[in-house]
Order: sequence, then C-alpha cells, then structure tokens
Amino acid sequence: MTLLGEFCLWLALLVSAWALVLGFSGRWQDRPDLTASVRGAVFATFGALAVAALSLWKGLASHDFNIEYVAAYTSRNLPDGYIISALWAGQKGSLLFWAVVLSLFGALAQLLTPRRYDALMPYVAAVTSAVIAFFVCTMLFAANPFERLAFTPADGRGLNPQLQNPGMMIHPPMLYLGYISITIPFAFAIAALLSRSLDGGWIHAIRKWTLVSWLFLSIGITLGMWWAYVELGWGGYWAWDPVENASLLPWLTMTAFLHSVMIQEKRGMLKRWNLGLIVGTFLLSIFGTFITRSGVIASVHSFTQSNVGYFFLAFLVVCGILSFTLLYTRWPTLQAEVELESVVSREAAFLFNNLLLVGVAFSVLWGTLFPILSELVRGAKITVGPPFFNRVNVPLGLLLLALTGVGPLVAWRKASPGNLKRQFAAPVTAGVLTAIALLAAGVRGLYPVMALSLAGFVAGTICQEFYRGVRARRRMHGESVPVAFGRLVARNRRRYGGYLVHAGVLIYFVAFSGMAFKREIEATLKPGDSATLKSPFGHTYTFTHVGVSQFEALNRIVSAATVQVAKDGKPRGLMTSEKRQHVDSFRRPTFEPSTEVGIRSNLQEDVYITYAGSIGGTEEAVYRFTINPLVWWVWFGGFVLAFGGLVTMWPGGGAVIPTPRRAPARPRLAEAGALTE
Amino acid sequence: MLPLQQAQGPLAGQGKVGTLRDPVAAGRPRAPTEIADYDERIKAIEQRLACSCGCTLDIFTCRTTDFTCTYSPKLHREVVELDRAGKTAQEILDAFVTRYGEKALMAPKPEGFNLWGYLLPGSAILLAGGALAAFISRRRVAVAATTGTGTASVRSAMTPPAPDAPPPVNATPEEMERLRRALAEVED
Repeated sequence: MTLLGEFCLWLALLVSAWALVLGFSGRWQDRPDLTASVRGAVFATFGALAVAALSLWKGLASHDFNIEYVAAYTSRNLPDGYIISALWAGQKGSLLFWAVVLSLFGALAQLLTPRRYDALMPYVAAVTSAVIAFFVCTMLFAANPFERLAFTPADGRGLNPQLQNPGMMIHPPMLYLGYISITIPFAFAIAALLSRSLDGGWIHAIRKWTLVSWLFLSIGITLGMWWAYVELGWGGYWAWDPVENASLLPWLTMTAFLHSVMIQEKRGMLKRWNLGLIVGTFLLSIFGTFITRSGVIASVHSFTQSNVGYFFLAFLVVCGILSFTLLYTRWPTLQAEVELESVVSREAAFLFNNLLLVGVAFSVLWGTLFPILSELVRGAKITVGPPFFNRVNVPLGLLLLALTGVGPLVAWRKASPGNLKRQFAAPVTAGVLTAIALLAAGVRGLYPVMALSLAGFVAGTICQEFYRGVRARRRMHGESVPVAFGRLVARNRRRYGGYLVHAGVLIYFVAFSGMAFKREIEATLKPGDSATLKSPFGHTYTFTHVGVSQFEALNRIVSAATVQVAKDGKPRGLMTSEKRQHVDSFRRPTFEPSTEVGIRSNLQEDVYITYAGSIGGTEEAVYRFTINPLVWWVWFGGFVLAFGGLVTMWPGGGAVIPTPRRAPARPRLAEAGALTE
Repeated sequence: MLPLQQAQGPLAGQGKVGTLRDPVAAGRPRAPTEIADYDERIKAIEQRLACSCGCTLDIFTCRTTDFTCTYSPKLHREVVELDRAGKTAQEILDAFVTRYGEKALMAPKPEGFNLWGYLLPGSAILLAGGALAAFISRRRVAVAATTGTGTASVRSAMTPPAPDAPPPVNATPEEMERLRRALAEVED
C-alpha cells in the first residue's frame, strides 16, 4: 500500500502541475481545449490524493508498523476511532489530509460554481492546483507519510494520551477544513484580479465558500477550547498560545471580510480592502500552519520540529509577494463606485468594525511574533503570555463588542439625529440597567462589569431588531408571533442569521467574563476527609474523598480518584478524576501518566476536579477543586454562533439588494426583506 | 509571609488509608499540600512567572496542570522560599529576572523596547480610526462644496434617475404606504 500511496503522491504532483500550467496558459491563450483539460486534471488530482489517503488509512488500520508514521502514532491496542483520527494526529499525515481535502474543495468549486463564472474557473483551478502541488512537494521532499523503517517494531508507540479524546476526532478536521477552504475564495480573488473581472461577480461566487470557511473555523476554534478545557486540566479554555492565536488570526480577518463584503455588494465600495482581506486571510492560514509546524515559536500544540517550516515560510513569502503585486497592478481599476457620505452611517460603522477586527488580528499577530522581534532587536529572549494579550486585547475586544451593538442601529448612507435617538434608546437603556443591576449585586471589576453591560446593550440591539421585524410582519400579514418570527428569519436569512451570530458572540463575552470570578483550592485528602469551596454564586461545595481505585481499561491502567460532592449540604453524587497510564499491547508504558479531569456542569458554574496524584503510593490524594462560572455558556455561545452561520448561508432567503448608487433612493418591495411574501 | 514548617496542610485528614496496587500508574508521587500551594498571594506571583520547561505556561498553571513537569514544583519552592525570606512580590519577580533572565516573566516589563509591544496595536488602531474619521469628514465637506448642497445624499436625491436606476415598482399607493411604514420600523 505504501508503494501505491507514494505513487499517487507523485501522480498528484504531476497532474496538479499540469493543471497549474495549463490553467494559466489555457486562459491566457483562450483555448477551451486546454481549460477543459484543466478541469479534468482537478478531478484526477483529487482521485490520486484520495487513493493516497486511503492507502495510509489502510496502513494504520492493518498496523503496518514498518511505516514510520503508523509506528509513531498508533499501537495495536489503540481504539478504532483513534486509528481513523491518527491520519491527522501527526505532521506527515495531516499534510496528506490537508492536500486531499483541498483537492476535494478544488473539485467541488469546479462542479458547484455557476456557469456564469466560467471565465474565472481555469485560474481558480490553477491557483488551487498550485497550493496542492506545494503540499504534495512538501510531503514528497520533507515529510513523506509513506516513509518506511529499516525494521518492523512489534508494536507502535501509540497516540499521545491527550489526543485520545473524542474532541480530537472532530476539532482538528474542523480547523483544517476552515484553513483549507480559505484557499477557494483566495483562488477566486486571484482569478478576478488576473482576468480583470473585478465587477463584483467574484464576490457572489465566493460568498458561500467564505461562509463555509468561517463556519468551520468557528466550530474548530470552539471545539479546540472545549478540548483544552476537558483534556488539558488547567481549568481554562484559552491560553493565548501561539497556535491558538494562529487559528484566531484568519477567523478575525474572515469576519472582517464578511462584514465589509456587504458594503461592496450594497454600495460598490471597499473593493481593494476586500481583496486585501481575502489575500491576507489566506496568508494568515499559511502563517498559522508555519507556526504549528516550524517550531519557531514554542507552543504546547506544535508538531515535532522539522524543516517543513521552511517550506511554509518560503511559500508564504512567495504567495504574499505575488498576490500583493497583482493587487497593486490592478489598483486603479478597483475604484469605489460611490464615496462614503457620513461618519454616522452603517457603512462607517462597518468600516470601524473592520478596522477593529483587523486591529485585533494585528495585535494578536504582533504579540505572537514579539518574542522573535525582541530577540532580533535586543538579543533578549522574552515570554509573551496571557497577561500581555489580556492587557492589550481585552479593551479592543470590548470595543468590538460595543460596535457589534452599534452597527445594526445606524442607517445606511447617513443617520439622522432622530433616527439615532429612536434606535439607540432601548439598547442603551438595557446596557445601563445591566450595569446598575451588576453593581447592585456586588459585582466588581472594571472589565467584567463593562463586558456584561455591553452584552446587555448588544442583547438590546438584537432583541429590538427581531421585535421590530416581527411586529412589522404581524401588522402587514396578521401573522402569529412564532410564524412571523420564523418567516422573518427565513425570508432574510443573511440579516437575521447575522444577528444570531452576534447573539453567539455576546454569549461568548458573557461567558468569558465569568472566568474572572473563578475559585479554586488545592487539598490533600485521606479517605473520608472533606474540603469545602464557596462558589461565586454563593453555593458551598463540600468534596469528600472516597478513595482511589485502580483497574485496566482498553489501552491503559486507570487510577480513579473519587469524591462525594455536596452542594449547600445536599448530596450531589460522585465525581471521578483519573490518572491514565497508557500501555502498548505488551503492557509496556508508552507515555507519562496523563490526567483526566472530572467535570459537572450546569448553567451557573462548572465543578472541575483534578486528581493531582497520591501521597507515597497510598489512597491519600492531592486534589485541585475549581469552580468555573458560566462555562456552559461558552459552548452554547459556540452553538448559537454556528447555528447563526448556518442560517446565514442556507440557500435561498434572498440576496443582498444593492442600494441605488447614482439614482435617488426608491423603495422597492424586495428591499423589505422582512416583509416580502 | 508564610509560616515555616508547613509540612502538612490543614486539610489533610486522619482517615484510614489504603495502598495502591500500582503506584507508578498513578503518576509522580506528590507531597502533601501546603498552605503556600494554594495561597492567593503566591499564586498571583506565580501567574506572572513563566515555567522554564518549555510548556509556555506560568508556574502556577504548569504545576497544577502538567503533573509530569519537574521544573514548576522546583520554581514554586523558589517562590515560596523568597516569600518566606520576606521579599515583596516585585522583589521576587526581580529575583527571578536576575536568575533566569527576562524570559522568566509571563509578560515583558512595559519599558524601553517592550513599550512597542504594548502600545503599537492600540496606537495603530487609534491612528487609523482617527485618519478614517477625518478622511470621511473631509470628503463629505468636499462633496458638499462641489455640489453646493448639504450632503451627497441630498444631491443624489435631486438628481434625475440615471438610466440604470431600478425600474418603477409595480405596486399600488396603498402598498407603497404600507411599505414605507414598515421600512421606517424595520430599516431605521
């Protein structure tokens, strides 16, 4: 199978190189025979890479430990689910996964794009093929997943225990799908620049792709937070680790693009900015891959260091130079069709929102790279950790949250004072009342109070938008509230789906602010001993140590420490935290013992128990008990955000209607998305 | 300052204790919890100091998360010893910088070159935001001056429909009135 797999990699390289060359030359020479051949080559590349991926999976499933990758990431007793996820658990396999998914997306782009964009498609195929060729080259010359060992070990090393979590079967693919699908909008942007088809058609062609990419990234990031929370055991979900930052960067610029593209669609403005954002997002996704794989910046998430990083750095530089040079040459043809009329307009609010999103992205990038810069300039090694990022980014995040509420309240083109007063009255009241309620309840701390008050303001904005929409439908059509609500969303999915996304973001902020009130205690307990901890919501938890039991399960020896939990004196059952010593099929330890936390979650707070270890090989156990407020809302916020994204991208529901750019504003029935039947 | 001789924490009990069948499988043996292990002051100091094992975590997080790390317990003991010697939080941080270099801090001191790190993002955003606001205002004034009207929107409202303007709507005056009322509510 390795022979077939490696052959397929070479085949994919040749075919993608073919598509790359003919895609450009066929379009330049306007030769339909060549461009038709390119389309076929895109499908063939996918076929070749799919066979290569299946070959590696076959090697993993059949425990062919002569393959270095199989021996490094699996063992005979590894559960089946993790045999599948082992494909993306390591550097080499994940490169293959990336290439095969990109080739699938490339093929889907050729299949699903409407025919009116046919002129762009050869370039799109050429750009995606270029990226695929790069990944295949990297595999063939630096990280071959089919590399064989000089001997065959009796068993493999097994999968890192922290990767043996259901989250790891979904989180990395989701992030990869987000990263990878960014290539398609990038390819369309480059195609539009090359073909000088800069009329905005390409924007419509990539709308779904950008949303798909954003959605996958959002889900991937949220799942990553969940995985870190349940698996890493420090009781948090975001640590500003360079690799976490690398996933956030393209998400921020993509979010900026999804806002600014509306201005281009409605007003014909920000063409240069939008192209720059798409190119920047793609480059940031490659940068993230470089960070993860180069080892240039220390991270808990990194793959093992290898020279693959240099490949990505070179690719990043080449892509950046070529893309921005191309953008520069088309600069004069990307003039806005109209000028911005007022600082107090939705366009301006979107612009400031874009500025902040890109500013936060810059700030995160700056912080991530600052240790390297410091070493270059001063020769001094420094650490840039959470205190730095929180200090710099929390105020920016709060400003962004405020703009999330402001944007929908301001009218397009120019808002009048009367309009502003009418629009802002209820949301501002909601924000102020929230602040008063918090202060009256004894909540202190500038940032948490600000975050929660702004969340109140944004919630006011969203509720007002839905309320007015529903009321309008009820007046116009006499519908019941649920029907009016359903049709309101269904007939203008983009707008109201967007508000759902905003709701998800505000839930995130509320949940994040909860961590400011986290409580924790460490205790050494003999069986029967108790420790107590008071939660920020005023509940008193009592943890009584029951004992430590040891047993074998699947591929590990488990030491389970159990506590009886009582909340305000009432028994709430048992909770268990474990130490897991993973072993191979010969019962040889494969990694250091890992820790599995015990979590009990409700809408208010999570009880989070960590078994740190035992005293002198006895049942006397050291525990860390943590109460994490509002964590459940992080996952719910992620769900709302993803649901809103799905609503937004669901087919139908009406497109954005451009506002008249040279003629006086005339009402058109279709503009009232909420009202159309 | 913490009291000396804190060999056993106050939460350690006196119950009957069994022996584990395979102690190695339960991770590294632990010492009983001391007051200093969960003292808020020590924790606050340790959260500002980086563990040197390469994990990128602070000392407190590392020693309470990665129970396989041998560095963070040692660094924790150093913090506790300095605290017991009567050092203030700042003096402990300074002692770590002297001993391990500037990288011992979880965030660089906001001085000298490091100020670039702290101030550049916010300044850049403020500068760009100000420039954007000024640009928009200037353009508005320029457009008003050129057209001799208040705003561009007024100008466009006075301009006859362009050839590519949307076609007239096929709707009755009543429908248009309903639409106007609804738009006033929804699109405001």
